[in-house]
Amino acid sequence: MSLVELRDVTAGYGGAPILNGVNIEIDASDIGVIVGPNGAGKSTTLKAIFGLLTVTSGTVTFADKNITNSDADRLVPLGLSFVPQEHNVFTSMSVHENLEMGAFIRRDDISDTLDEVYEMFPDLKAKRRQHAGELSGGQRQMVAMGRALMSKPKLLMLDEPSAGLSPRYMMEIFEQVVKINARGVGILMVEQNARQALGFATKGFVLANGQNRFTGTGQQLLDDPDVAKSFLGG
Amino acid sequence: MNDFIFFFNQVIIGGAVLGSIYALGAIGVTLIFGILRFAHFAHGDMMTMGAFFAFVLAGLFAGMGIVTPVPTGFLVLPIAMVIAAAAAVGIDKGFYAPLRARGARPVTLLIASIGVTMMIQGLIRLFFGVETRTFFATEPKGLIRIELPFEGVTRPISFTEPQVYLIVLTLIAVVALHVFLTRSRLGKGMRAMADNPDLAQVSGINTRLVVRVTWIIAGGLACMAGTMLALDVTLKPDLAFNIILPIFAAAIVGGLGQAYGAIAGGFLIGFAETLAVFNWSVLLRPFRDSLPEWFEIPGSLSLVQSEYKLTVAFIILVVVLLVRPTGIFKGAST
Amino acid sequence: MTQRYLVAFGGLFVLIIGVGMLMGAPFTVRLMVEAFAFALIAMGLNIQWGFGGLFNFGILGMLMVGGFAVTFISYPINPDFWGSGGPAMLGRTLIAAAIGAVLIVMAHRVQRLGITGKWRATVIVIAWFVAYIIFRSQMDPAARLIISEAGWVGGLGLPVVLGWAFGGVLAAIVAFFVGKVSLGLRTDYLAIATIGIAEILRAVIKNVEWLTRGTLTVSPIPWPVPDPLAFQAMGATPVESFIYARAGYLALVVAVVALALWLIHRAYMGPWGRMMRAIRDNHIAAGSMGKDVKGRQLEIFVFGSVLMGIGGAILVSFVQIFDPSSYQPIHHTFLIWVMLIVGGSGNNFGALFGGLFIYIIWILSEPLAQALFMVTSGFSEDMGWGAIPDIEARSVQMRVFVLGLVISIALRFAPRGLLPEVIKRHD
Repeated sequence: MSLVELRDVTAGYGGAPILNGVNIEIDASDIGVIVGPNGAGKSTTLKAIFGLLTVTSGTVTFADKNITNSDADRLVPLGLSFVPQEHNVFTSMSVHENLEMGAFIRRDDISDTLDEVYEMFPDLKAKRRQHAGELSGGQRQMVAMGRALMSKPKLLMLDEPSAGLSPRYMMEIFEQVVKINARGVGILMVEQNARQALGFATKGFVLANGQNRFTGTGQQLLDDPDVAKSFLGG
Repeated sequence: MNDFIFFFNQVIIGGAVLGSIYALGAIGVTLIFGILRFAHFAHGDMMTMGAFFAFVLAGLFAGMGIVTPVPTGFLVLPIAMVIAAAAAVGIDKGFYAPLRARGARPVTLLIASIGVTMMIQGLIRLFFGVETRTFFATEPKGLIRIELPFEGVTRPISFTEPQVYLIVLTLIAVVALHVFLTRSRLGKGMRAMADNPDLAQVSGINTRLVVRVTWIIAGGLACMAGTMLALDVTLKPDLAFNIILPIFAAAIVGGLGQAYGAIAGGFLIGFAETLAVFNWSVLLRPFRDSLPEWFEIPGSLSLVQSEYKLTVAFIILVVVLLVRPTGIFKGAST
Repeated sequence: MTQRYLVAFGGLFVLIIGVGMLMGAPFTVRLMVEAFAFALIAMGLNIQWGFGGLFNFGILGMLMVGGFAVTFISYPINPDFWGSGGPAMLGRTLIAAAIGAVLIVMAHRVQRLGITGKWRATVIVIAWFVAYIIFRSQMDPAARLIISEAGWVGGLGLPVVLGWAFGGVLAAIVAFFVGKVSLGLRTDYLAIATIGIAEILRAVIKNVEWLTRGTLTVSPIPWPVPDPLAFQAMGATPVESFIYARAGYLALVVAVVALALWLIHRAYMGPWGRMMRAIRDNHIAAGSMGKDVKGRQLEIFVFGSVLMGIGGAILVSFVQIFDPSSYQPIHHTFLIWVMLIVGGSGNNFGALFGGLFIYIIWILSEPLAQALFMVTSGFSEDMGWGAIPDIEARSVQMRVFVLGLVISIALRFAPRGLLPEVIKRHD
């Protein structure tokens, strides 16, 4: 049983569609990475899953439930979680409060999950009383990922988590992604740093013009000369 | 010394009373702006409407022969606040929510709030006419005088009973709001939505619930402010419509969207108004003998004439808008 | 589309005829004069909001400025004032104001002396304060003298139409300064700033008794056309005299409206209008293409205000009284917004239609509500529940409610108005 599945999804913002029949399938054990040139519809794919724009045809299923065009606040309780690329923390709230907001839908005790997140990102524990707006870009990305994990998701979607980060932070974020996946959380992420990301991806999707170009394991895509030539810069 | 007590009565007590009303109104305006991103012009009329709810309830209580040491207007306030909060949620459902659902721009909501203003004003006058009413038709308005035990002091510090309740209740409301916003899950959700609505939605925060809670708080506080204003002065259909601009001034001075800024802004505007119209020559009089002879104390030495009292708020408003539109405390991000 | 216009204006015509038969000719002609004046004001708002996307909540201020202008120009000369020491003292006040202005300008330039940041701000605040004291030191005695010796300055005794034009000019001057300081603001802040400035204007005009007579009001202000008394002197009955005189006034107002409509329409269809639409729809793109966005917006704000000033002047000279305390935000700002939104923002004919239609509804709500109350009251009396008290006072309030309901319905079901903007594509 696949965790999330997109079948022939067409979607857009009302004008011409940006996605023209995208197919994606991810299991709970997978790290799926979407790569492709600018404007290929990578971020749009994540937003289409999360109901942030209108899917005009095709279906999105999550754990065998049809979730096409569901509102975001219904998807979080199902086990989806999304880290947008920009504006992904509440800048006027403390790190701790940001994490609490990630657990807004939960009514049970969240202290265990909080401890897990602080263990994963020790930097954040030291800054838990600080406003998220005062943190560095890398730390903000950790707050954003921590917030997304607080709802105990089954699938974590990340939109370019390494954008604008120093190599050190990028490696740390990627390491954590692999660790999160090892705990049984499916990952679907969009990445610009395609080579590094495909290196640990169990599934890779190359999109161009809103359509699938190549699909395979991360290693297969890295080894494919066509992919390397057209999308990985030689 | 008498002159300083006069100053205290006029400026400090007057400013605190006015500031409390402005602060309570401005909190509502600023919360609505923070969550829904539009300037809610009908807020003044929600205040008046709340005051009329309280007035009707007070009449019912008096009719039933319920008399307590507390002025009846304050006694019925909690019930009136519940009704006003429900009315605010209803107004949102009926007039603003459909426009939001269509994806209307905030400015369309602003225009819609003018429609709501007119409907509320029309209805109030339809049912209650235009005459001035008082909460103290059947019971006395308590006056408190504190004589100071100093030699030569004849003027007492004086204020009315409703003014005491007014300031105490405002403090309670402000503390309660603070606890709500910083301790409760829903209060933090409200702050999150004001901070970043898209991320709040993505985090699974129930935005419809947050909107409803915002209207409940704004409506309740508006009723509280309107009723207490009517208890301090009198109840008229245009009671609060005339102070909606000072309230906006308070909210903007504090930075739209920021609850604490609105409280500070409310008191700032309240004191600015009383200070500007205060006749400063009163305070010079005690030094009459020590001043040089050529210096004659003018009869009136106020910054502006009392006709321009409300104008002080507008001038502060316009100056703040032009010099620092994000408020004088901290830049609100929008 | 043409059909929609025919239905709208045809329906309006039938409505007016109906009102005429029901309420009589003198009432209807009066109604039409005021309706056309409001239509002119709504067209002014359409220029600002419909064409320029500039939110103006301070229409009331412009109407008061226009009303004051026509009063000042057309009211007879007050010899007591010109014979008193008033003019000389006012001259000294003017000099004091000029000195104050120079002080303020100098304070703004202190950074040339190396004073910057907080110190410059302090200097500016002190300069404003000192200028204010200097001004008040001359203004207050002058005002006291004029009020005690002459009552007020009186008018200039010039032709009324010149007063209307001066209403436009004065509104333009005020709008220039208002726009200069506030147009950079975001829409909702602009709304609050303009309403704040209008309230300041209202407070000033209401309280400068030496210049405007304030709450004492000025009347009778002369008419630009023969008034009813003139016709009565020629032997007309009172009813006839009202009809003739008001019809003459109406003709003049319609001519002004037609001229304004023609001028705006021509400008809007030309390159100027295209640029305005470009700025409204995407001022960032327009700015990056080298258009002077701020300058054009100021232009539009001033043009719209001219029509408002003229409209305000027409209204005041028609009722022959200038009463600053009669100006209310509901009647003089929000009403006009309802007109524009219901009529169709961005469309001149929409503004014209909305102005006329909404004003008729506004005025008719009262007798209609009264009739409704009478019926209900009669019914409740028959049922033994007693009559509704104060029907007349309550009916007046009905119109405010009706107007609020109308704009709410319009926003919900016809957000672009009854005669929507015609969007032409040139690509």
